[in-house]
Amino acid sequence: MHVREQAADFQRFGERYGAQWTPTILELDPQGAEQHRVEGFLETNDFLAQLTLGLGKTAFKAKKWQDAEKRFREVVDRYPGSDAAAEALYWAGVSRYKASGDASALADTAAAFGKRYRDSPWAKKSSIWKA
Amino acid sequence: MEINWRHDVDQVLKDAKAQDKPVLLDFSAAPM
Repeated sequence: MHVREQAADFQRFGERYGAQWTPTILELDPQGAEQHRVEGFLETNDFLAQLTLGLGKTAFKAKKWQDAEKRFREVVDRYPGSDAAAEALYWAGVSRYKASGDASALADTAAAFGKRYRDSPWAKKSSIWKA
Repeated sequence: MEINWRHDVDQVLKDAKAQDKPVLLDFSAAPM
């Protein structure tokens, strides 16, 4: 929706979803509920990484654990230098745990953060999983 | 990743629900 070309829709949906700045891109699940939000301009790879992260979150919300892990791993593998990668690594581990019930998935994720994204907030969040 | 942009948001939300597909909602001020 363009702020001028679709002014009425822009205002209506902007109020509904709390979008107060452009560019804002929302990823909605099939029920119309927001699962991920991207605010501000991003370079192509960062943008694609965020979109893929959002698809992972949408699958996670639907309890499609394997689909979610696939999307999260795609972010890490295809866009390892993106801002989304550390968050995706974290949620990939959670998705694997949800699918398997095996706590080693979390320990493996914590170990992976020992090798990459060490300074990210997601590394701190995963630190409690260390074996 | 190819995005099929549409502008009829109300219909898009209905279609997404019927087809069990996610939606990308873009709030833009970029030059058209």
